[in-house]
Amino acid sequence: MKTHVDRDLCDNHGQCVFAAPEVFSFDDDDYLLYTEEAGDELQEKVAKAAAVCPVRAITFTGGSLAAGA
Amino acid sequence: MTGPRMTGPLTSGPLTSATGPGIIVVGASLAGVRAARALRERGYGGRLTLVGDERHPPYDRPPLSKEFLTGPADAERFGLPLDGLEADWVLGRAAERLDPRRLVVALDDGTEMPCEGLVIATGSRARPWVADAPRRGVHTLRGLDDARALGAALAGGGPLLIAGAGFVGTEIAAAARAADVPVTLVDKAARPWIGRFGAEAAAFVERLHRDAGVDLRCGTRVEALTGDGDGDDRVTGAELSDGTSVAAGTVVVALGAVPSTGWLAGSGLALDQGVRVDAYCRALRTDGTHVPGIVAAGDVARWPHPWVPGRGLTLGHWSNAVEQAEVAARTLLFPQEPTAYRPVPSFWSDQYGVKFRSVGLPELADTVEVREQSTERRRLDLAYYRDGALVGALTANRAARTASYQAQLAAALALAPDGPLPGRQAATS
Ligand SMILES: Cc1cc2nc3c(=O)[nH]c(=O)nc-3n(C[C@H](O)[C@H](O)[C@H](O)COP(=O)(O)OP(=O)(O)OC[C@H]3O[C@@H](n4cnc5c(N)ncnc54)[C@H](O)[C@@H]3O)c2cc1C
Ligand code: SF4
Repeated sequence: MKTHVDRDLCDNHGQCVFAAPEVFSFDDDDYLLYTEEAGDELQEKVAKAAAVCPVRAITFTGGSLAAGA
Repeated sequence: MTGPRMTGPLTSGPLTSATGPGIIVVGASLAGVRAARALRERGYGGRLTLVGDERHPPYDRPPLSKEFLTGPADAERFGLPLDGLEADWVLGRAAERLDPRRLVVALDDGTEMPCEGLVIATGSRARPWVADAPRRGVHTLRGLDDARALGAALAGGGPLLIAGAGFVGTEIAAAARAADVPVTLVDKAARPWIGRFGAEAAAFVERLHRDAGVDLRCGTRVEALTGDGDGDDRVTGAELSDGTSVAAGTVVVALGAVPSTGWLAGSGLALDQGVRVDAYCRALRTDGTHVPGIVAAGDVARWPHPWVPGRGLTLGHWSNAVEQAEVAARTLLFPQEPTAYRPVPSFWSDQYGVKFRSVGLPELADTVEVREQSTERRRLDLAYYRDGALVGALTANRAARTASYQAQLAAALALAPDGPLPGRQAATS
């Protein structure tokens, strides 16, 4: 599956890091890092991350839970 | 939704009948919309009605005390996504009464709406100023209309007096300063945020506001609001309990929020500064038993956290509304196999370009460890302990640290999902 964060929207809230630490993290300057390509077993966590992002910056494709899939 | 119909509470399995009265969500905001979404995502195909007393389509509140106040007023940007909900909307109408036995909600226009399942998501309201007040220039901030009115007043230049230096009060102060509006911020506590986060955090917050030129008056309260009396009845300022007076063209009363439970009075549900629910978000009666078919979520719900059993707590945080709504929806659909709500609470606050993040329940702490505190670099890292175990954290511009505290707290909760507090776990094992 593929994950994408819209950097124009992302406001560094960090909810995605709480929900899916395997995919999202912060560096020491509060910059959000994430893995674009993740195994399908992480789908549910990424879906959770997308759902709890307060500014809806996260989209993902490729898994069965993907929006519009 | 009119006409008599035999209804009863949901007892098992997802409700899929297209003909029954279906599920009603009262409160069409964050928790209500998220509950509706979760119902659909989990296969609920029946009728779904959202009732809300605001006439606006649902929107997010956090921007209202931040960029929206003095920035561009593009409210569309924070409307909640509603695609795929396939719901009936009853907006601009308030629920006035609930009969939990028959599962009937009565609206303020006299309509009676029967249902098979009910989500209570009426949130909270700004605590009003109860003493006499001039008719013009005195504001509270909870909804879009409030934010528009306050934003227009601030565009007029102020000066602004804010009663209450909690999250909303301090954020409004920061937004006003960004627009160069003179601000006096008054709080009865010795420092802003001190009650919840302690002296170290409070000193940091205080410094931010003083550096930005806020006239911060702590340890004193607003005793009376004064007006020009003649005709216009506009606010002119306030008298404080320390004997001083402050001139102001605009006043914001930011004294916290009160859960909206008025419509549930007399229903037999247990009300205690919120609707009491059990760990599965099921509404409780005054005798402590739960009511079939009724759940509550968001700011309005008082729920038992494993670390705060008994009376439990209410949380006025965005992520709580989102996560609790999801659990409540699941309970409603699958009452035989409900999952308990056991989150690590979290919230954020933005002021002066500093992002505060809090996880856990710092208010439970007996000890605060200062790991980093730099007003120059605008960074803060405070860990909160009780009986030697981590119970919460507050950081400023330290996102990675917040995430690691969150992970620690989540692990502690996973280890002892029914409590007690982590420190007590260590003590008893
Ligand atoms: C100005 C402001 C800034 C905030 N900033 C942050 C932040 O930075 N971070 C954070 O974590 N949280 C923040 N919050 C808190 C967050 O917005 C709330 O926790 C969240 O809105 C709760 O959602 P809710 O749906 O439970 O309640 P609400 O959003 O209060 O929605 C309840 C809805 O029900 C309606 N209603 C009430 N009674 C009735 C009735 N009888 N019949 C019909 N409808 C009714 C209300 O009008 C409202 O539309 C902020 C809140 C405010 C007001
Ligand atoms: S939750 Fe959303 S806003 Fe926050 S860091 Fe993740 S992507 Fe950015």
